[in-house]
Amino acid sequence: MSAVNVRELALRVAAREPGAVARTISLVEDRRPSAEGTTVELLRALTEASDPFRAARIGITGPPGVGKSTLVSALAKAARASGRTVGVLAVDPSSPRSGGALLGDRARIEIDPADLGLFVRSMASGGELGGLARAASAAIDVLSAAYDVVLVETTGVGQSETDVEHVADTVLLVIQPGSGDVLQFLKAGIIEIPDVFAVNKGDLGGIAERALGELTAALAVAHSVNESDIPQVLLTSASTNAGVPELLAVLDGHRQGLVTAGKLRERRYRALAAAAFRLFVHRWGEQGVADVGGKTALLSRLERRVREGATAVEAMSEMRPR
Amino acid sequence: MRTYSGHSSPKASNELYKSNLAKGQTGLSVAFDLPTQTGYDSDHPLARGEVGRTGVPVCHIGDMRTLFDGIALEQMNTSMTINATAAWLLALYITVAEEQGADTKKLRGTTQNDIIKEYLSRGTYIFPPEPSMRLIADTVIYTVEHVPEWNPTNICSYHLQEAGATPEQEVAYSLSTAIAVLDEVRKRGISGAVLTDTFSRLSFFINSSIRFVDEVCKQRAFGRLWEKLGRERYGITDTKALRFRYGVQVNSLGLTEAQPENNIVRIVLEMLGVTLSKGARARAIQLPAWNEALGLPRPWDQQLSLRTQQILAYETDLLEFGDILDGSPVIEARVGEIAGAAWGEVEAVLGRGGVVPAVEYVKERLVASHAARIASIERGDQIVVGVNKFAESAPSPLTEEGGADSIMRVDPAAEQEQVARLTAFRASRDKAAVERALAGLREAAKSGQNIMPASIVAAKAGVTTGEWAGALRDAFGEYRAPTGVAGARAVTGDPVALEALRAKVVELEQTLGRRPKILVGKPGLDGHSNGAEQIALRARDAGFEVVYEGIRVTPQQLARAAADEGVHLVGLSILSGAHLDLAKDFLQQMKKQGLDKIPVIVGGIIPESDAVELRKSGVRAVYTPKDFRIARILEDLVAYVREAHAA
Repeated sequence: MSAVNVRELALRVAAREPGAVARTISLVEDRRPSAEGTTVELLRALTEASDPFRAARIGITGPPGVGKSTLVSALAKAARASGRTVGVLAVDPSSPRSGGALLGDRARIEIDPADLGLFVRSMASGGELGGLARAASAAIDVLSAAYDVVLVETTGVGQSETDVEHVADTVLLVIQPGSGDVLQFLKAGIIEIPDVFAVNKGDLGGIAERALGELTAALAVAHSVNESDIPQVLLTSASTNAGVPELLAVLDGHRQGLVTAGKLRERRYRALAAAAFRLFVHRWGEQGVADVGGKTALLSRLERRVREGATAVEAMSEMRPR
Repeated sequence: MRTYSGHSSPKASNELYKSNLAKGQTGLSVAFDLPTQTGYDSDHPLARGEVGRTGVPVCHIGDMRTLFDGIALEQMNTSMTINATAAWLLALYITVAEEQGADTKKLRGTTQNDIIKEYLSRGTYIFPPEPSMRLIADTVIYTVEHVPEWNPTNICSYHLQEAGATPEQEVAYSLSTAIAVLDEVRKRGISGAVLTDTFSRLSFFINSSIRFVDEVCKQRAFGRLWEKLGRERYGITDTKALRFRYGVQVNSLGLTEAQPENNIVRIVLEMLGVTLSKGARARAIQLPAWNEALGLPRPWDQQLSLRTQQILAYETDLLEFGDILDGSPVIEARVGEIAGAAWGEVEAVLGRGGVVPAVEYVKERLVASHAARIASIERGDQIVVGVNKFAESAPSPLTEEGGADSIMRVDPAAEQEQVARLTAFRASRDKAAVERALAGLREAAKSGQNIMPASIVAAKAGVTTGEWAGALRDAFGEYRAPTGVAGARAVTGDPVALEALRAKVVELEQTLGRRPKILVGKPGLDGHSNGAEQIALRARDAGFEVVYEGIRVTPQQLARAAADEGVHLVGLSILSGAHLDLAKDFLQQMKKQGLDKIPVIVGGIIPESDAVELRKSGVRAVYTPKDFRIARILEDLVAYVREAHAA
């Protein structure tokens, strides 16, 4: 693909022209080494066509069956109602045996086919253990160039929550009352990552209230050093929309807090560097990391490049082991 | 003895009923079209192409009057296959009966009114589980008091078997549904003699397949567990009230498109199993038509089904003797086995809080069983004569010579005429009375008072089906049922072939640069998703990335999904017969998005002449029930994607 085309496509993405976003994501999903040049060029063109810090990137995660997709649908609707455009990336696990995947989350997201301000893309995690697809970080960059709000949904308890931290400005963890999730997260150390918690299926009444209490207590312990960092906890019911507008306001508030404190860029740079590092490890392995001088050195080089405006894929592609 | 029928318009269906009654049919079984079943008027955009197709459209009291014109409802036994809108159709029925001067206490018949199996298999649900269960309880409580001879709900294990249930699952999940209904009624303060009445009014609609002995034993196991349930959970002691009341519809799943005349033999054997179970007391039996796998049956096809029943009842001596299987140790052992396993599964469902919260679990179990069944047919472990064995056939005078004429065709003018009648009816109503009635309906929906009285007022005021359902949609919201595919494990037909297929998919990934991604779509109102789910599951297992949105999506929504998701191929599954309208509409939408290079395939009950037309309008390939080897279909998909990529 010629450079002219890339720039033109990036502009069409920024203008949310029908088909442009979908096509660009398909291009950056290409995993063949021969396609990497195009991906790097495209992503760079996107940062020129649209301010990469403009979109609010929200990661939504939690165990299966807690109603994440319905909540994503409700959040998307609420954001659309306020006049903002929304891009959704729903990541589902790939089957470890076949590499295939069932991408069923779309079924729960209500879409008016005539509304070009709402875009939903499903993606398979590609069997990568961490949960987030290899192409997801690139796809999120594409969505960020086109939409005001980018919602990234991932499933799982364990590592995927920490993956989502790398791509999102705000991480929302959704849990279900009465499921014992809180204990699981405490054990796994995951409770320290999310910025906002939603106890979904809040219409369950007493059980939901109890889960809220447990979670609040656990968070107070986890964040006992700095109490001002204690994340907000909300009760929602995606099916009745109860608590959804409030949740969106809290998510917006968290990001606004980062902007006001001048932390948004810092957070994004660290996240991009970490994403680039993961991509590097995926390609070259642990030995590759050692060959370029070890993790700390590599991370700091990657971070320098992303601060200079490189995308994660670009920064990664420049580093090569001897 | 009756045949499930209704088509085109209330007037055409009325004529059909009268002629069937004249031929000796002893009751009516009303089939409604999909818009009526899903609460849309005939002029709603989603109704396009579906009006009068799978049954009769009933939009208002005028349609109901025409449908039963000249048929004395007080003397009739009418079974209505209606679920999400059952309370509404029952209100219309009661109103027409009253207009005829009938004593409503004497009305006999059945509203199917079982929402759980709609979530699990049939797909004509509207509302979320909670308000749906409330509507069922409303009709149960209302009829027990006001229409005491009516069967307010007919719990269907039938569709569970169509969705893949084993005999044990069929028994377990339908009993679990009954428990949900009875618990709901009991929660509303019904107890003592009224609870006994309610228990005795619940009836079942079960399936009879070609597994002769299994079916005989399943019916007996049902009766045994029903009695146990009544005694132990609801404290019923009256022996008559504890009797398991059920009707049987002979299996459609096992009917084949290849050599369809063989289906006549299958139907006879399946019915014989029911007849021989005299002690298990089936109360009604319905037969499918021999050519159901080809398309909608004609009056002649239905006549053959009726004659089959008449020969068994009047020519043979089967009904002159008692139950000839009673006391057989083989039967007894198998009944015990099925009852034991089924009860274990009932307990598993109750352990998950009952069938409503467990609906996703149950769906996954059914999808898995269905996958196992299909795989065993593919492997040849389960023999289907004329399909995976003894497939050679002399040319058939029944299908090949008759060609397009060997099935029923709905006159396309029927839809326009129905819409014109609806428009005229709307114009003739007292608008203020309609508004008052709708306000009353909304109030009843919100306050929790029984929905039936307000529905009867609405029926009299001239409210339409779409307005009735619309008022409740506003109050209750709409539901999307679980697809069951994400959690279900697929079963391999042939492991060697699967490995070869996976290799082809990986090879294709190299060419495309990413995994081949397909969209499986069910456009229109048809909710029979079993086939689409199996394709989705197996494609995933072969290594495809599969986007599946569930049922009831418009061609526009599907084309948008195809565009946003960046898929390489789209497969549409349409079983209602509306394939020509829906597929052509979809192709147009794809063209509008500039996606006309993406191959589109269509699966369903599609006559060859329609398949030709579909291919001519741009559909890459058409699959029908005779293409039972899913692995082969998936190989085709790889080829179509490769071919489109090369172009």
